[in-house]
Amino acid sequence: MTSEEASLSTTPARPRPWRDPRLRGVVYQIGFVAAVVGFAVFLVHNTMVNIGRQNIATGFGFLHREAAFGIGESLIAYSPADTYARAFLVGLTNTLYVAALGIVLATILGTLMGLARLSSNWLVRKLAQAYVEIFRNIPLALQLFFWWGLLNRMAPGPRAAWQILPDVFVSNRGVVFPVAQANPANGWIGLAFLAGIVLAVGLGRWAKRRQAATGQQLPTGWIGLGLIVALPLLAFLAAGAPLTLDVPQLKGFNFSGGGAVSPEFTALLLGLVIYTGTFITEIVRAGILAVSWGQSEAAMALGLKSGQRMRLIVLPQALRVIIPPVTSQYLSLTKNSSLAVIIGYPDLVSVANTTMNQTGQAVEGIALIMAVYLVISLTISAAMNLYNRAVALVER
Amino acid sequence: MTDIANELPAPTRRSPTGVVRIVGWLRANLFSSVFNSILTLLCVVLLVVALRPMIRWAVIDAIWEAPNGAACHGGGACWAFIGEKFRFILFGFFPTEELWRPVVVVVIFLLMILAACARRTWGGRLAVLWVAGLAAVYLLMHGGILGLGTVETRLWSGLPLTLIIAIVGMVFAFPLAILLALGRRSRLPAVRAICVGYIELIRGVPLITFLFMASLMLPLFLPTGMTVDKLLRAQIAFILFAAAYLAEVIRGGLQAIPHSQTEAAEALGLRYWQRTRLIVLPQALALVIPPLVNTFIGIFKDTTLVIIISLFDLLGTAEAALSDVNWQGFYIEDYTVIASIYFCFCFFMSRYSQMLEREFNRGTRR
Amino acid sequence: MSDAATAVIELQGVHKWFGDFHVLKDINLSVGKGEKFVVCGPSGSGKSTMIRCINRLEEHQQGRITIAGIELTSDLKNIEAIRREVGMVFQQFNLFPHLTVLQNLTLAPIWVRKLPKKEAEETARYYLERVRIPEQADKYPGQLSGGQQQRVAIARSLCMKPAIMLFDEPTSALDPEMIKEVLDVMGGLADEGMTMVCVTQEMGFARTVADMMVFMDRGEVVERAPPRDFFANPQNERTKLFLSQILAH
Repeated sequence: MTSEEASLSTTPARPRPWRDPRLRGVVYQIGFVAAVVGFAVFLVHNTMVNIGRQNIATGFGFLHREAAFGIGESLIAYSPADTYARAFLVGLTNTLYVAALGIVLATILGTLMGLARLSSNWLVRKLAQAYVEIFRNIPLALQLFFWWGLLNRMAPGPRAAWQILPDVFVSNRGVVFPVAQANPANGWIGLAFLAGIVLAVGLGRWAKRRQAATGQQLPTGWIGLGLIVALPLLAFLAAGAPLTLDVPQLKGFNFSGGGAVSPEFTALLLGLVIYTGTFITEIVRAGILAVSWGQSEAAMALGLKSGQRMRLIVLPQALRVIIPPVTSQYLSLTKNSSLAVIIGYPDLVSVANTTMNQTGQAVEGIALIMAVYLVISLTISAAMNLYNRAVALVER
Repeated sequence: MTDIANELPAPTRRSPTGVVRIVGWLRANLFSSVFNSILTLLCVVLLVVALRPMIRWAVIDAIWEAPNGAACHGGGACWAFIGEKFRFILFGFFPTEELWRPVVVVVIFLLMILAACARRTWGGRLAVLWVAGLAAVYLLMHGGILGLGTVETRLWSGLPLTLIIAIVGMVFAFPLAILLALGRRSRLPAVRAICVGYIELIRGVPLITFLFMASLMLPLFLPTGMTVDKLLRAQIAFILFAAAYLAEVIRGGLQAIPHSQTEAAEALGLRYWQRTRLIVLPQALALVIPPLVNTFIGIFKDTTLVIIISLFDLLGTAEAALSDVNWQGFYIEDYTVIASIYFCFCFFMSRYSQMLEREFNRGTRR
Repeated sequence: MSDAATAVIELQGVHKWFGDFHVLKDINLSVGKGEKFVVCGPSGSGKSTMIRCINRLEEHQQGRITIAGIELTSDLKNIEAIRREVGMVFQQFNLFPHLTVLQNLTLAPIWVRKLPKKEAEETARYYLERVRIPEQADKYPGQLSGGQQQRVAIARSLCMKPAIMLFDEPTSALDPEMIKEVLDVMGGLADEGMTMVCVTQEMGFARTVADMMVFMDRGEVVERAPPRDFFANPQNERTKLFLSQILAH
């Protein structure tokens, strides 16, 4: 607009206020927000009144008080004399521990089963399908009860424990297994393992440069894997093969020595992995099928071998399809780990539940659970969005 | 969708017959290479190792009749336990003399589900049918009129309770979900923000939290002196929870409708609610029926969580059945039976959703 | 017709079934070095299946196929050797959407021909120049028009320096205004003496480029003739009918 005059003449006449769509929008929003806020105020007011009447304490001060309840298993030091805050921390580490392990194992199981679903072998295909159909269509809570019933209520006492592998025993006290004893050579073996990884990465870089210069290729994957396995093995042998296993022994009424996991943890992990694995199986299968057959044909026509086709053409495209839904499965596995409470594994929700029962401070307890899960969810989805942006196919 | 295996060029012979066909099939599907042959053999071994003891336990060594639990502990399954407890597992604490009522309720629910599966009934008639069905269910369960004795909700248990929580939850969550999905795509920023906040909050937190909330916090939320039935509280938590998940599915459908449809409706002079109701929603909802069914399966399975606020759904009654001192230790039998009930429902629904999906794909491809 | 001694593609008595459906019936064809064959026929006549048999995207069940002196069997080594020598262009382009144009072009030379990356890139840029889109090297396939994508697909095949090029309806997924740019590239290739087998309905292209026309119907080769005779004086009734339909508009 060049002048006041022109702008006036080109501005359309204002409608009556009640017919102005923009004004209406503002009014609707004010009305909606007012209703929501009004409802919230109503709830908060009632809560305050009720809390006051029932003499329930408010605020997070209780976190610094003594928890005075025991926790069955913990990754960090804990005793009933510790504070509620410490108890929550134990719950959180337990949740993260079982979720992280579950995610790794469910991914492995799901990927293998997803490939099995696409096998050219009829029997393999059908078995994988049976796995998916059975375990996807039974509620997770029931599966957890089943595994827990089997491991805790059906399993024999330590004296009659089931031996499922050499020196691995299952009893109603949990699963015990041998672990390697601490040894000064272990440090060197670990160092050799790291060196193997560094060398393998370096080799990969060097092979890439050599390829660019001469066209010659190396099976870097195999050589790298060899290095990562062989170097620690050499270090182990050089140290005089000092392998002493700490084997579980039956002493009196229980096992001592070795490593052990509780029936609750084992049941929860089994249930989460097997249940989530079915969903990952279907995602992996759909992802690979989503890469059109034409892509494989074009790669064939160019003379790429089947391994190269998979690695260079199919997988990079399938992963884009697979990773977002798999991430949401990771999220639901993490959320489902809260079912721990029904079989007594002390995860975050379970600890919070005990706390709420002892202190009566339900509002604070639930707020804490929500905050923790929201932080986990938002972190994972933020990472997901970054990934999606990085790999999105460029179009237009 | 076809298998990769089916799409690979496989040698086919000219109209083979009988034995030749079987041998050809075996070679192509089980023994096409050394690796495949080894896999096949491994699978057979695995099957034999796993199935033999299972069949021994479930059939050969099983005990079918016994006066009490002590007489029922042999090497195999104790199906007598199931015979003894089946009524309790299915219908829980509902008064025995009134047992026909929950039986009819389950039948009504099954008929409602079947009616919803027949595509011919989709529309207003189905809605009327469902409202009538739900009313009949409430009448039968609660009683109090027509000469039926009143049965308190704390006695509602077993399969009818599972179905009530799942189906009533779905029916009430659905309209709420539509509003949330529309709100999330609204042009008004305040409406959008509140809907996004609600959906993300609920989806980010485990269901258990909301059940705790319903049992511990809801009483605090209400004006002093007002109390709400425990079942109703759980039901509300379920509705609020399910709505967030359904809303995301519906939003997917809304996004798939091209903007040109809205524009065309606008050009015809339709207003927002007319456009939404007549043009956008019917198309969007039809698109997302298969994922809606899948979400419903998830919600159906999630009803088992009400056990933590001590409501006795099917899983709850199954657990309760285990605590009879006369019949102790029959976990596997008990879980197997209710697992098969859950499996039947979920498997049927997932097959149905796959069928719809295939049908829709054919429709769009044409 | 070329004599067998110089034939680079030789099909003898080839049969193929899809289940009970007989798609290829006794196909005999012999393409000499530098010859251009155009295959036409109604849809479902088996022409695509035949050309896909030549680089083993489909397996034939009877008869012999020999490419550049190598017989096509289920031996992986032979299949790989033949695929290195035979380039193929698809109706749907089948470019790799996750790779840039340049990466699409260098992929096979690097992994199959084992060329140094630099050399592969030089070859790729040369062929992009040839198909007249050198400036698109760093874009992704999704950013190009259909005609450009198909030209990239042709360049991708050429980067493998194939002795034979197969075209499976390369222009039928394209908008009319893009068909010409692809046909021009194919014509240029023909002028340089590339051995070509094209399945196409572009009769104008066939007239100017083909050494031999092959008409297929219901899985059989019904008629084969040099283009002049084929268009002016078709022998078989089915050929006449087909030509009258396709040339009508």
